[in-house]
Amino acid sequence: MNSATQKPRTLAEKVWDDHVVVKGENGEPDLIYIDLHLVHEVTSPQAFDGLRVAERPLRRLDLTIATEDHNTPTLNIDRVIADPTSRLQIDTLRRNAEEFGVRIHSLGDKEQGIVHVVGPQLGLTMPGITVVCGDSHTSTHGAFGSMAFGIGTSEVEHVMATQTLPLKPFKTMAINVDGTLRPGVTAKDIILAVIARIGTGGGQGYVLEYRGSAIRALSMDGRMTICNMSIEAGARAGMVAPDQITFDYVEGRDHAPTGQDWEDAVAYWKTLPTDEGAVFDAEIFIDADELEPFVTWGTNPGQGVSLSQPVPGPDDFDDPHEKVAAERALQYMDLVAGTPMKDIRVDAVFMGSCTNSRIEDLRAFASIIKGQRKADGVRVMVVPGSARVRLEAEAEGLDQIIKDFGAEWRFAGCSMCLGMNPDQLAPGERCASTSNRNFEGRQGKGGRTHLVSPLVAAATAIRGTLSSPWDLSIDTAFAPTEEVQA
Amino acid sequence: MDKISSVTGVGVPFRRSNVDTDQIIPAVFLKRVTKTGFDDALFHGWRQDPGFILNQPAYQGARILVAGPDFGTGSSREHAVWALRDFGFDVVLSPRFADIFRGNSGKQGLVAGQVPESDIERIWALLEEEPGREMTVDLESQTVTVGALSIGFDIDAYTRWRLLEGLDDIALTLRNEQAISEFESRRERWRPRTLPVRQSAGAE
Ligand code: SF4
Repeated sequence: MNSATQKPRTLAEKVWDDHVVVKGENGEPDLIYIDLHLVHEVTSPQAFDGLRVAERPLRRLDLTIATEDHNTPTLNIDRVIADPTSRLQIDTLRRNAEEFGVRIHSLGDKEQGIVHVVGPQLGLTMPGITVVCGDSHTSTHGAFGSMAFGIGTSEVEHVMATQTLPLKPFKTMAINVDGTLRPGVTAKDIILAVIARIGTGGGQGYVLEYRGSAIRALSMDGRMTICNMSIEAGARAGMVAPDQITFDYVEGRDHAPTGQDWEDAVAYWKTLPTDEGAVFDAEIFIDADELEPFVTWGTNPGQGVSLSQPVPGPDDFDDPHEKVAAERALQYMDLVAGTPMKDIRVDAVFMGSCTNSRIEDLRAFASIIKGQRKADGVRVMVVPGSARVRLEAEAEGLDQIIKDFGAEWRFAGCSMCLGMNPDQLAPGERCASTSNRNFEGRQGKGGRTHLVSPLVAAATAIRGTLSSPWDLSIDTAFAPTEEVQA
Repeated sequence: MDKISSVTGVGVPFRRSNVDTDQIIPAVFLKRVTKTGFDDALFHGWRQDPGFILNQPAYQGARILVAGPDFGTGSSREHAVWALRDFGFDVVLSPRFADIFRGNSGKQGLVAGQVPESDIERIWALLEEEPGREMTVDLESQTVTVGALSIGFDIDAYTRWRLLEGLDDIALTLRNEQAISEFESRRERWRPRTLPVRQSAGAE
C-alpha cells in the first residue's frame, strides 16, 4: 500500500484496508480478517454446535476468548445458578470452551465480567484491529481506534471456522464534538445528545467517527461509553482515533505488546487518524459547551432531553411517526407531557452495564454519594463491569462508600441492563439506569427506564427524583474524569 | 453441507399459505443451545392436532414440502430452517418465499424452489390422489416430477450452484484458505493474542 500516492482516507477506511484478505469483485463482499473474537454464553452455543456438526475445528484459539456475563447472577455467585435456562447456557459455554480449547473466564475468576469490559482491561483491545462478538455493543471497542462490531450466530460460527467475515464496506459519518464540557456533564451526556439529534436510525449503514476537542479530552472510559452506544443510533460501529491517551491506557496491560513490538505498534497506530482532506459520507456538529446532563423520557434511546427540560409531548414532533411513538412512549412510561423531568420520582437506580461500569464510572458515582444517604424507598444497585473492576474499587474503598450510602454492592455481570438474570425491575417500577437501552420491558417486564450518566444516577439516588449533580447543595466534588485519573 | 443434486421422496401437499416462522417453530424453542434436534419443534402448535397432515402415517419420512404462497415470513430465526432439515425435509416448494427464509435455506442446505401457483395446485392434486406418493426434485435440470407431470422450478443461480457443490458460507470462504494463511503469515507480532494467558505481576 503506497500511502504517498493514495487519496486521503478516514480512520475506518485505513483499518478496513489493512484487513482485506480477498478483495470482492463485482459488488461481492470483501473477505475481512478478524483480529479478536469475543465470545459469551448467549450467542455462541449454536455456533459451536455448527462446528461440531460440520466437524470443523476452531481456527484460531489464540484470537478467541470467552466470558460469562448475560445470565450470571450478581449475588451468591458460588451457588448453583437457579434459573434452569441460564444455567444451561452457562454450562454449555463451559463445556464448549473445554471441548474446543477456548480460553474462558468463568464466574468467580478475576477476569470474568461483561465481555466489553474484559477485552480492554486485558489489553487485548487495541488500536487498528478488528474485533467482533455476537453482541451489538461490541462497538464499545472502537474507542481504541479499532473496527469493532456485533455479529449474528451464523457469523460467529463463520469467524470460529475461518477467522474472517465476508463484508461490504460501511459508509462513514463524522460526529464532531468541539468545545469544553461543563463540570457535571460527561461522555454519557454527549452520546445521549448525539442520538437525540440523529435518531435511532440516523447511523444506519455507517461507521461513526467521534472527533473534535471534547472527544480528545475524554479518558478511555469516557470514549468507550460513547462508542458503546453507537449502535443505539443504528450505526454498525463507532470509532475514536487513537492518541497518547489510548497508548497510555493500553501500555502495561497483560496482553499489551512489549519491547520492540510495542514500538512497532505505536508507530503504526500513529498513522491511523483520519487524513487531512479525507471525505466522510455524512457529518454532524455538536457544541460541547452547550451540553447539559441528559436523560431519556421515552422508550427508545433517541427520546431524550436535557434534565432541565419538561417531558415533551406528541405536539413537539412534526414527524407523524415520532408523534405516535411519543404518545405510546408516554403511555408506557406513565408520564404526562409538560412535567419537569426533575419532578419524576424513581423506584430504583441501576449503576452498571457495559456503558458505565468501569472503574472511572464507579469513581464518578462514588464522588457524588460520598458521605450521603440514599433517598428513602429507592433501591440502588451498583454492579461493576468485571470482577477485576470490583477488586480495584474495593482496593480504593469505593465499596464502603457505596454500602454506607445504602446501596447494594454486587458481583460483576450484565445484571439489570437486561432482564435475563435475577436482577429485574418489577412491573411499573421506574429506574434511573446508566445502561444503554430503555426499550419496553428491557430491565424486566413492565419496567420503566430512564437512561442517565453515573453522575445523574448518583444525584438521583440522593434526591429520589431525576436530578443532575447541579441540583445538589453538596460541594461540587463531582469529578471531571481527568482529575480522578491524575 | 452435503451436495444435493436430486431429491426423491414422499411429497406433502401442504395446503397452507403465509406459513410464518412462528408457526414453523414457536419462540419458546429458541432458548435451546443446539443447532440440531429441532424435529419435535417443527410446526409444534399444529402437530398437537392428530389430524394434522404430518401426523398421518402416509407422510412419515416425507422429504418434500409443497406449500402455498409466502412461506417463511416473520422473524429472521435460522431455527426455522434447522427444524425443517431436522424433521427430514430437503426441499420446500412454494409460489413465494420470504427473503430472509430463502437466504437462510440456501445457507443450510434446504432447497427452496419457487413454483407457480397453478403448478402447485396440480402437484397438490396428484399428491392427494395418492397420499404418500413419491416425487422428485432435480436441481441439475431444475425440474419437479410427480408421475407423468414434469414442471420447472426457480432458484437463483448462485444458490443452486452452492447446493450442487455442497458449499455453505464457511466452505466457500475456506476456498480462500491459502489467502487466509498467507494473510496470517504477514500478521504483525504486536496484534493481540489471547493465548498463552499472560498475567501482569501487578495484578491483585
Ligand atoms: S451490559 Fe447490557 S448491553 Fe452490555 S453486553 Fe450486557 S446485556 Fe448487552
